[in-house]
Amino acid sequence: MNLSDFTHDAYIAGLSGGLLIGIAAAMFVLLNGRIAGISGILGGLLQAGKGDKIWRVMFLLGMAASPYLYQIASDLPAVTIEADTAQLIIAGLLVGLGTSYASGCTSGHGVCGISRGSIRSIAATLTFMLAGIITVYLTRHLTGL
Amino acid sequence: MLNLNAFVVGLLFGLGLIISGMTDPAKVIGFLDLAGAWDPSLAFVMAGAILIGAIGFTIAKKRQFSLLGAPMRLSSATKLDTRLLLGSLVFGIGWGLSGFCPGPAVVSAAAGQPKAWLFVVSMLFGMALYTLLERREE
Repeated sequence: MNLSDFTHDAYIAGLSGGLLIGIAAAMFVLLNGRIAGISGILGGLLQAGKGDKIWRVMFLLGMAASPYLYQIASDLPAVTIEADTAQLIIAGLLVGLGTSYASGCTSGHGVCGISRGSIRSIAATLTFMLAGIITVYLTRHLTGL
Repeated sequence: MLNLNAFVVGLLFGLGLIISGMTDPAKVIGFLDLAGAWDPSLAFVMAGAILIGAIGFTIAKKRQFSLLGAPMRLSSATKLDTRLLLGSLVFGIGWGLSGFCPGPAVVSAAAGQPKAWLFVVSMLFGMALYTLLERREE
């Protein structure tokens, strides 16, 4: 199967990518007993005195290797980043701070938390989705930022 | 073995993000843009992930140790507090502003996107700032 033809259908691509993410999350909890939450894995690296750095680095190295493995089968899908430098810096700070206070992001709350039926994660996911929708509405349709 | 599996899971997770389209911020913003040309395909990412994830977590919840003998570390918190909701609100604003959440940003930075690096470094600053603020409160 040609991987790039396969991803032409955005819905099938979304579903198959999602299934793969689900497999990864299930493998991590069943084998390592941990939540595959990217903000938490990154945040743990920044906390001095935490002795569990190696698996975090290994997880991130695996993530970092993924575009290179993908490229063996097909060209990477196009990436369009419309945000300018100032927006990226502000957005990065907000995402770093927000996910730390909320103890999770799209992966930890949105995928893993909802998968285990956590009320906190359902509330977190509804909140960040709504905040994202309102932000896009304000920047795209009201101010044209 | 646990570290090797962490690498494999990171790799599969990253591939899933690339295949699903989550690594393209313009696509993510299209998904959040309900008032514009809404692109609902990313809802299928979450549906697919939760479908498989729910099977894994249903089994995991019944166990005290993982299949490799590691302690099962699942949060037992149930309270909806200000930190959770305000934090999620702040995260959502940053997500909508850039189209990046942590996982896809890490994958794009690794693929060599300079703008993704800028985002990731700023995000790490945000996380470090949280650690500093928390330490001051102690």
